[in-house]
Amino acid sequence: MTLLTVERIKLFSTRSPWWCMIIAVALTVGLTAIFSAATTSDDLDSLTPATTQFAYNFGLVVMMVMAALTVTTEYRFGTIRSTFLAVPGRTPALLAKTVVVAGLAGIVGEITAIGSWGLAKVIQPDAPLALDTSQEYRNVFGVGLIYLLAAVFAIGLALLIRHTAGAIVIMLVYLFLAESLLPVIPRIGDHIRDWLPFIVGNNFIVAGQPEASDGPPVIEGLPFGPWGSLVYFTVVCLVLLAAGLIAAKRRDA
Amino acid sequence: MIEARGLTKRYGRTTAVNALTFNVQPGKVTGFLGPNGAGKSTTMRMILGLDHPSAGDVRIGGRRYADLKEPLREVGALLEAKWVHPNRSARSHLRWMAAANRIPAKRVDEVLEIVGLTGVAGRRAGGYSLGMAQRLGIAVALLGDPGVLLFDEPVNGLDPEGILWIRQFMHRLAHEGRTVFVSSHLLSEMALTAQELIVIGRGRLIAQTSTKSFIESASDSSVRVRGPELARLYGVLTGQGLAVQEAPATEDSPAALVVRGTSTEQVGELAGTVGLVLHELTESRGSLEQAFIQMTGGDVEYQAGGHTAAGAAPGGPGGPGGPGGPGGPSAAFPPPGTVPPPGSGTGPVLPGPVTPGVSGGPAGAPAPPAPQPGAEARRAGKP
Repeated sequence: MTLLTVERIKLFSTRSPWWCMIIAVALTVGLTAIFSAATTSDDLDSLTPATTQFAYNFGLVVMMVMAALTVTTEYRFGTIRSTFLAVPGRTPALLAKTVVVAGLAGIVGEITAIGSWGLAKVIQPDAPLALDTSQEYRNVFGVGLIYLLAAVFAIGLALLIRHTAGAIVIMLVYLFLAESLLPVIPRIGDHIRDWLPFIVGNNFIVAGQPEASDGPPVIEGLPFGPWGSLVYFTVVCLVLLAAGLIAAKRRDA
Repeated sequence: MIEARGLTKRYGRTTAVNALTFNVQPGKVTGFLGPNGAGKSTTMRMILGLDHPSAGDVRIGGRRYADLKEPLREVGALLEAKWVHPNRSARSHLRWMAAANRIPAKRVDEVLEIVGLTGVAGRRAGGYSLGMAQRLGIAVALLGDPGVLLFDEPVNGLDPEGILWIRQFMHRLAHEGRTVFVSSHLLSEMALTAQELIVIGRGRLIAQTSTKSFIESASDSSVRVRGPELARLYGVLTGQGLAVQEAPATEDSPAALVVRGTSTEQVGELAGTVGLVLHELTESRGSLEQAFIQMTGGDVEYQAGGHTAAGAAPGGPGGPGGPGGPGGPSAAFPPPGTVPPPGSGTGPVLPGPVTPGVSGGPAGAPAPPAPQPGAEARRAGKP
């Protein structure tokens, strides 16, 4: 408990987390608002709960950057050593950081999801935005869970890399290039795609979503259903975190 | 109480710290002395559990750092003042550190008061001057009111006032019965700060001894003698088999003789038996820097050449001691023109106390450690 307090003080006593959170929410909700406002009455049927989440990746990336920064700036400025001086076991301190940062990312994810959906409803009250099916609930409320887990992923990666630029470049290259280019490889591409964590994680949100939707892309034929996808994504993120924790414990600070 | 046993750290094929064994006792300031790159910081990081030793171990009060439950309450450390997020205020920085070891929040204000940062505690630490950052680092070290304190090069880059403040501060901490372990590459600074010395070079232990005896054993003493009949004096002294050098006249001092391996008594008595008049008879010691280089010998990581430029280092530009310099009344500076050993002039610290001996005192042991009078003068001179 005390360690959670420590990480909370650390996180909120600098300004960058605030900026990251504001940017994440503003980008995602703002884009959805523009999207909603630009939807003509003819297309109103396509403005579904899934569509309101089309921009969730924007906020996701920003929160992943924030999560990675909470680790790499500690290495950059040496405060990680102060942290390890206070908590020589290291792992409890880093777990506390993960809980606080990922929890915050989850909250921000829910805010962007509900904000996007709610604002769309305000702008286009006649659109079919009611949440009825379990798919629609996942579509909106599931976003926060993906934010939370993606933050865990980012922290694990940052603990392994330890440098801001390196960690963020690897993260972005992976998210935007690896996950979209690997599936293009003939013959084996589809098999690789089935196990790419963010594609699978996305499946948790979009599985079962109407085909014609403008929401986040749906990839057919993934091995897991929505909840299986969530479990797989969780396992990948936790494995990366565990690797990061082991590295942090073994290495000289 | 810090005990290192066979402490070793290897990075690939280089050995940064090589089987160090030493004890640091409570109630005194123990200096950890060595040239740059000797392994001081690595050793300190191993004491604090930040680096894992390749072999051996180090304990604080019988326990490894990693086994301490709330370590900030037992060990305080200032390894680098810049270990603060530049956009975080000093108060926030101290607050989270205090929270980590369940130290009451009011202690944060207390330590800010102790180091004199109360007025700027809300400002972002990135804007602090080096001196302020150093004070913040000390505040962090004091946070848990620990019995063991480690400081790594605490006076580096500080102005004279800051140096004096830290020096007095460490004396006070030791006086309160705490274990104070301070690293430095400046023997002249350690001579004023530490009662005990642990000297290392290239990762190996060179000496663990009291500062006083280290300086006595390390620095070369000689007797400077001057009189109207130098040539006769020369003959008398060499006649006794003494090694005598001529020190020609310079702008600052008239010609004299420098005799090694003797005492002022012996020279004085010899002169007396043949009825020679003397105008000067002083014992002088080599500079601390020189002593240090002699002791650490080939153990300097990066050799700069010209180490043998002998003679004692001249006083150097006035450090904290001011132009008044360290000095007894008959400060016998060696002939100018001697070059300060490389490294001795770096840092803001101190005119290398070319220590004026105590005239007529026995050359050996009972003489007070040479720099002490200077130290006293300095302390007294600066309110």
